[in-house]
Amino acid sequence: MTGVWIVLGALVLALAFGGYRQLGDGRAKVERTGRQSHLDAARLGDELGEQATFVQFSAVVCAPCRTTHRLLSEVAAEEPGLAHIDINAETRLDLVDEFGITRTPTVLLLDSGGVVRHRIVGAARKSEVLGALQQLVSRPAA
Amino acid sequence: MSSEQTTPTPELVDPRGPRFGAAITSVVLALAIILGPGWGLPLLILQTVAFAAGALLGLSYQPYSWLYRRTLRPRLASPTELEDARPPRFAQAVGLVFALVALAGVLVSLPTLFYLAAGLALVAAALNAVFNYCLGCELYLLGKRLGTRPARTVANG
Repeated sequence: MTGVWIVLGALVLALAFGGYRQLGDGRAKVERTGRQSHLDAARLGDELGEQATFVQFSAVVCAPCRTTHRLLSEVAAEEPGLAHIDINAETRLDLVDEFGITRTPTVLLLDSGGVVRHRIVGAARKSEVLGALQQLVSRPAA
Repeated sequence: MSSEQTTPTPELVDPRGPRFGAAITSVVLALAIILGPGWGLPLLILQTVAFAAGALLGLSYQPYSWLYRRTLRPRLASPTELEDARPPRFAQAVGLVFALVALAGVLVSLPTLFYLAAGLALVAAALNAVFNYCLGCELYLLGKRLGTRPARTVANG
């Protein structure tokens, strides 16, 4: 009988955790003002976009990173002034630590000044990406 | 403009294969747990061998993936896109670790260890099958962080 309960418990746990992740993943969250920090081209090793920059943290073992990469490249190609920088998280554990990246993909959306304004954890959704972008472009950094 | 610092992919798989495999894995593990450390042992061994083949030899040697290619794939439309084989292969390696711990639990007569490890493997397999979500892959980055800075306290975030 023990086994049946363990199986039921495991399935409930999986469904609850998966459902919870499904709801929150891929949404753009505004970075709280107190925590907003700043990244520049020198640290990223790549030029920032004039309007905004997607800094994506990826891992080799991460499948949703590929879909996110494709989506962000597409968006960055469509609009001028956008840059998309995809970082292999393993190689930049300094940034992973500094920005509290707990899993991949995580995308930081930087404004024209390199300040982190939004954060998307999990496979990014297009509507969320465009929504966050709109906020940045219509409300440029001071 | 877009830049990528990750290396190009060497091996590609139909993403439905690993997911199908995760569904079979879930069923095998669930049955093994229900049967318990005694009667469930053959199933646990079968699953351990399957994980080992996928992790050590590659996904093309994983028996469930093989089954998928032989029976299901010819009947399905070709996949819209192929996926890097490394994430699902890594997931097999994580599964292997849990399966080995569960086996150890049987060998040293610790049923709790068997149930705990097999139960966690079932959670991971079910997440993969139902949500296409790879728990092991998430642990990868955490493992890297902890591995590099063992003494550092993790930042709030």
